[in-house]
Amino acid sequence: MTTQSPSDFPNRSTSTVTGPVHKEPTPDADPTPDVEQAPAADQEARGLSQGQIVRRKFFDNTAAIISLVVFAIIFVLAFTSVGFAGIPGWWKYNHTEFLPLIDGGAPTVTGPFSWGEHPFGQDSIGRDYFAMTMRGTQNSIIIMFIIGLLAGLVGVVIGACSGYFRGWPEAVLMRFTDIVIIIPVVLAAATLGQAVNRYVGSGAQIWLLGLFLGLVLWTGLARLVRGEFLTLREREFVDAAKIAGASNRRIIFKHILPNAVGVIIVNTTLLMSSAILLETALSYIGFGVKAPDVSLGLIISQNQEAFQTRPWLFWFPGLFIVLICLCINFIGDGLRDAFDPRQKKFNAGRAKDAEKPAAA
Amino acid sequence: MVTYIVRRLVTAVLILFGASFVVYQLTALSGDPLEDLRASNAPNREQLIQARTELLDLNTPAPLRYFGWLAGAAKCLVPFAATCDLGSSIQGEAVATALARAMGNTITLVTTATVLAIIIGISLGIITALRQYSGLDYGVTFMSFLFFSLPIFWLAVLLKEFGAIGFNNFLSDPEIPGSTILVVAIASGLIWALFASRSWKRKGIAFVLGAVVAAVLLFVLDLADWFSSPGLGPIIILVTGVGIAFGIVLLTAGLRNRKALFSALIMVALGLVAYYVVNPILNAATIWMIIIFAVVTVLVGIGVGYAMGGYDRGQSMRAAALTGLLVGFLIVVDRFMVTWPSYVNNPRVRGRPIATVGAETPGLDGTFWVNGLDTFTHLLLPTLALLLASLASYSRYSRASMLEIMNMDYIRTARAKGLSERTVVMRHAFRNALIPLATLVAFDIGALIGGAIITEQVFAFAGMGQLFVQALQRTDPDPIMGFFLVAGILALVFNLVADIVYSFLDPRVRVKT
Repeated sequence: MTTQSPSDFPNRSTSTVTGPVHKEPTPDADPTPDVEQAPAADQEARGLSQGQIVRRKFFDNTAAIISLVVFAIIFVLAFTSVGFAGIPGWWKYNHTEFLPLIDGGAPTVTGPFSWGEHPFGQDSIGRDYFAMTMRGTQNSIIIMFIIGLLAGLVGVVIGACSGYFRGWPEAVLMRFTDIVIIIPVVLAAATLGQAVNRYVGSGAQIWLLGLFLGLVLWTGLARLVRGEFLTLREREFVDAAKIAGASNRRIIFKHILPNAVGVIIVNTTLLMSSAILLETALSYIGFGVKAPDVSLGLIISQNQEAFQTRPWLFWFPGLFIVLICLCINFIGDGLRDAFDPRQKKFNAGRAKDAEKPAAA
Repeated sequence: MVTYIVRRLVTAVLILFGASFVVYQLTALSGDPLEDLRASNAPNREQLIQARTELLDLNTPAPLRYFGWLAGAAKCLVPFAATCDLGSSIQGEAVATALARAMGNTITLVTTATVLAIIIGISLGIITALRQYSGLDYGVTFMSFLFFSLPIFWLAVLLKEFGAIGFNNFLSDPEIPGSTILVVAIASGLIWALFASRSWKRKGIAFVLGAVVAAVLLFVLDLADWFSSPGLGPIIILVTGVGIAFGIVLLTAGLRNRKALFSALIMVALGLVAYYVVNPILNAATIWMIIIFAVVTVLVGIGVGYAMGGYDRGQSMRAAALTGLLVGFLIVVDRFMVTWPSYVNNPRVRGRPIATVGAETPGLDGTFWVNGLDTFTHLLLPTLALLLASLASYSRYSRASMLEIMNMDYIRTARAKGLSERTVVMRHAFRNALIPLATLVAFDIGALIGGAIITEQVFAFAGMGQLFVQALQRTDPDPIMGFFLVAGILALVFNLVADIVYSFLDPRVRVKT
């Protein structure tokens, strides 16, 4: 299907390598040089942990920070407005109430602080569209996190085991991965979704949909983690640990995994952004979240016929999908840059100067 | 190498067995194939249920039923025996026929989008890598993130709304208001300025030029009523052809190679002659005729390049053949454009050419040109949607790959040798930057036949994706298995192809034998 699958993401670093010129920063170019701008050797001298370096680099990435803030706002908005897990929210309507249509259901929002009665309008049967959109956003975010957690966990375990132990565990696990990889995701989601509706009822739909999608989407990550483990296990520090008598578990968790954590975090983030698109697309064609519950893809599909007459029914949910996905993608990209050791602090002006001799 | 391939193929067969079993069970679990009958109140309900139970063999438990299907599918392996039995759908159509039809449709839909996405995406990636941290780089990066984050069904509905309905309204009364010309001119100027190199003076010149050219072009086209009766004509073909010739020579051989430049220009002249000579024959064109012409053009181009002689004939031959091909393409496009009014005014099209659903106008029976236009108008929007969605990954990938290559030592060596920037970029960097992309392309081609489930659904395009979704909605196992078989086999085969191609392209990587 054309929903972007995790394997579509550029896995190699889209690093913005600026070349060797960076190793000699001119002291007067920057009156207040801080740790990131100093050469890498300095960072080690000051004894920063990997986590600290990554955090600082990440917080220097403007696009990623803006995305993080926007995502946090959306998250808070979605979870507090219509309430979550039985806790009522501050918004006066919910996504199932039928209300009399006001002004043909047109949106009343005119500015960030003047929302009016129905900020996003009402759908054709009078439900408050803001509440529906928020509920859909909530569902998408829940599914996204479940998929990220589960696919991340399964992918890491399978990839780590096959990459570290080699031999028959690798053969079995990788053939199993191959089998899962060619099973169409839509089929798995549809099947398991049906089964859920039949045996559990629609209440737990969201959680189980996320669960099932997570159980089929781990394949790309497993392959990547395996590749990472295959190279890391041949490194000297692993040999040293072995000779020192460390157990397999200790080597995997204490020695190899921290070195592979960049690949894992970055790809899990990118997997999550494609998970949002996948969930909305599945709901759109009727195999994901089903009515009476609400999903952003589902309400777009329900209302797309009304595009000519009531375009807001189409714009708002789509806007939220794009916003969430864009934020997650930028966060993932920021993380990728932060975890890339070759990446120095990015400075556009200096990068241009640095590039000139190289590109001339 | 042979052992490696054989071993991989054997594994692939085993994987296919396992996966097909799982898929069959999943399909059986996914719903109740009798659902619509149970809900119906037809008088012969019991009989209908009976008949369908028999047809789908529902009394056998699904794990056993799988082997029945497998026995039928295994017959497909017998060569030349035509005993292939992939079962039939609930409506009784043989899956093999349905698959063949759907595959044809899907290939016409997805091929263009994939090829264009690869070409445009890679060029964008390379250009942004060469202009790292420029406005262009930021612009393209942001756009690719945006397109990456767009749900394709949303994009498709937008395209339907503005691309089809809006454009058709415009075509029925092609009058461009002054404000639109202004906006388009500014947009085009901005794009040109983005592509121009860094200095503000150049950017300014590019902006003014781009804006003025776009405005004048739109104004003239509007005056000449071009949108109702488009066409290129010999003069535009000549001018564009010369431009193409210069562009191609610039990229492949460098303008200093006069022999290559002359052979490319000779091809443009020959193309212009062909425009008059071939035109009468084109009335009775078929697709094969066009292909034969294309092959002849390439051969003539190679001949011209060879005849020019000189130190490096290969460069002249390549440039001439490529130029010839593109000029030929222009002639064909011109021909299609000339047919446009008669297509639009066709009673079946009723003046609304850009279609939103389906693969062809039903009952349209015209010449090769009219039918070609019909396919074009139907494929335009879905292709655009697919193109935008898959552009991002190619451009990001090739940008990363190119950046890595440009930092390699051999690039520094090439520059130090005093090679021109064109040679460094096109000969040393570009080729090597394409190697990692070969894997990606091979995967994508493998996934191509699987179709675009969402896009086909939105545009009501009867391809593989729709076959699959409809079968899934009816819990109809045989079409799903047919779909899975085709998609799965292709995925596995192209996986293998990707590995082999990679080891050929990059001699450092050797397959384990």
